[in-house]
Amino acid sequence: MSNEIVISDLVKKFGDNSAVDHLSLHVNSGELYGLIGPDGAGKTTTLRLLCGLLVPDQGSCRIAGYDVKNDIRQVRSMIGYMPQRFSLYPDLTVAENLRFFADLFNVPKGEREKRLQRLAQFSRLDPFMNRRASQLSGGMKQKLALSCTLIHTPRVLLLDEPTTGVDPLSRQEFWQILKDLQSQGVTLLVTTPYMDEAAKCDHIALIHCGKMLVQKPSKDISSLFPRQMFEVYTQDPVRSAHFMRKHQEFASVQIFGDRLHVSSDISIEPFESAAREVLSQEGIPVHSIKKITPSIEDIFVELLR
Amino acid sequence: MSKRIRALMQKEFIHIIRDPRSLAIIFLLPILMVLLYGYAINFDIRDIKIAVLDQDQSSTSRSLAEYLTSSGYFLVSSNIMDRDEIEDLFLDRRVQAVLIIPPGFSKQNQRDSADGVQIIIDGSNANTATVAINYLRLALLQYSTSQNLNAAGISIPFQIEPRIWYNPDLKSTHFIVPGLISIILMMVCAMLTSVTIARERETGTMEQIFISPIRPIEIIVGKLFPYVGIALLDAAGVLLFSYLIFNVPFRGSILLFFALTVVFIYASLSIGLLISTKAKTQQVAMLMSMVATILPSILLSGFIYAIASIPRVLQLISYIVPAKYFLIIDRGIILKGIGFSLLVEPTLFLFIFGSLLLLISLKNFKTRLEG
Repeated sequence: MSNEIVISDLVKKFGDNSAVDHLSLHVNSGELYGLIGPDGAGKTTTLRLLCGLLVPDQGSCRIAGYDVKNDIRQVRSMIGYMPQRFSLYPDLTVAENLRFFADLFNVPKGEREKRLQRLAQFSRLDPFMNRRASQLSGGMKQKLALSCTLIHTPRVLLLDEPTTGVDPLSRQEFWQILKDLQSQGVTLLVTTPYMDEAAKCDHIALIHCGKMLVQKPSKDISSLFPRQMFEVYTQDPVRSAHFMRKHQEFASVQIFGDRLHVSSDISIEPFESAAREVLSQEGIPVHSIKKITPSIEDIFVELLR
Repeated sequence: MSKRIRALMQKEFIHIIRDPRSLAIIFLLPILMVLLYGYAINFDIRDIKIAVLDQDQSSTSRSLAEYLTSSGYFLVSSNIMDRDEIEDLFLDRRVQAVLIIPPGFSKQNQRDSADGVQIIIDGSNANTATVAINYLRLALLQYSTSQNLNAAGISIPFQIEPRIWYNPDLKSTHFIVPGLISIILMMVCAMLTSVTIARERETGTMEQIFISPIRPIEIIVGKLFPYVGIALLDAAGVLLFSYLIFNVPFRGSILLFFALTVVFIYASLSIGLLISTKAKTQQVAMLMSMVATILPSILLSGFIYAIASIPRVLQLISYIVPAKYFLIIDRGIILKGIGFSLLVEPTLFLFIFGSLLLLISLKNFKTRLEG
């Protein structure tokens, strides 16, 4: 399998602050690769470096064998980049936006309308072709942005948080479209702060403060977690966390909504009795305790500890 | 022309026709400005109300007052007897000027000396005051000349002591309205273009354009070219308006006028482009173009205030204000009907100025997010 995207020892500083700090990764051809990290981890900067919108202080990027710095025009004719913010023209209609990007990327005239139709069907935007982009819902805007990115049939797609601010149903639909693209042979690099979306990728990289924490096939990611993970559901998660953190057997205690995620080296039975003992001493009613598979979020928290 | 440039131009055109604000700036504002400047900034004043303090009370002094009234510019609204009354007249705004004829005025022809006619002017409105002073001076001069002719051979018998310093130029609609073209073109070329590029940066669409295989020069041509057409349309509109409504004559060659206007547009667009390489948001672009182009075009170009009468430092700045050079071209062709041979210098300046700025902008206009 060939390496479609290669990032080697990439460094980008803004002032004294390293947005990307000696980052290296490679994405195989036809892969759906997820770049996961919290806000400010350096995801956007990495993508901007990849498509040549920013110049690295150190290191290099290669896409489809071309060096981003030296062969920028070849690289740009092959990649599609979708920035994080919706950045199409709100005063242009769906069709006008698509036509503009088709012309900008040198799509031949005869080919243009055919692709417009195909993309409109593919993204299910065809009933809205004459609607102004400003009148579209969040999910439709993202689909239009993706369609504009796809108009020149790029072989590599760089998507920066494409589903941020999109409702759950549209998010699912959007990911289905990404899967369809992958099956057509497109290589995708997607950033996301959503851990559940990471599971949909073939391969993921967790980054934090511009540094690579870990990269692995997403199915192997749970093996990174050295302990057991339990979900504890009590009446008062904040106080429960406070008291449980005082005990050595609970390696980490994190609050996720109204539940606690507690990691430990012991198995479920001794864990449950230990937890119930601590909480009953403090008079906090326990609703349930169960063993769970650690989510990428848990792993992230664990890795950052 | 490349397909990419055409696509950008088409898109820019759609932006303009779908944006009421742009449309208003392009079409409504020039009309409004022509009417406003044409009617409101009018330095020609008729029926200036004056009071006469006649301390001479002779037939000569009375004939002087009558002479002023007959010119049509002055209206003697009151005759006063005492200097103390002057301030009340000014405070009530009943008169704008007071003419004081000293005792013994009629005998001056013989005595040829001493007490002159005095004018006191309400200087709270400097413009009106200046004009009043100039009219009075002229009228008195004419009067004294006519008196001298009567009494042949005798030198000018009285002197005027104006109390207000000022810009000695008299200006009128014929002068102002053609000059407006430079302001309007600056607005369309520098302000609108810097704002439209800043908008693409602000909303992130520039990022999308940068990522395409487009060259910087193609972006610049595609974004700016539509404004050349709009600017020419505006220039033609103002000319037509000034001709139809204010009867401003057009004495020179129309072809030459538009050819040199294109040179000015070129310089203005370069300013807009340079601003857009620096301004990250629309507001900043708007502000920068206001300060860098429109204000100097109004204040430091000779549009209203003669350059000679502004402070020395500002005079030096005025040398790099393109509008100053365009005003020479514009007024020269429209009002004086002069040909290109006399306009080579300002045209050359505009061309070099524009090219210099364009080069700097091109250097700064990278298809990247930062350097």
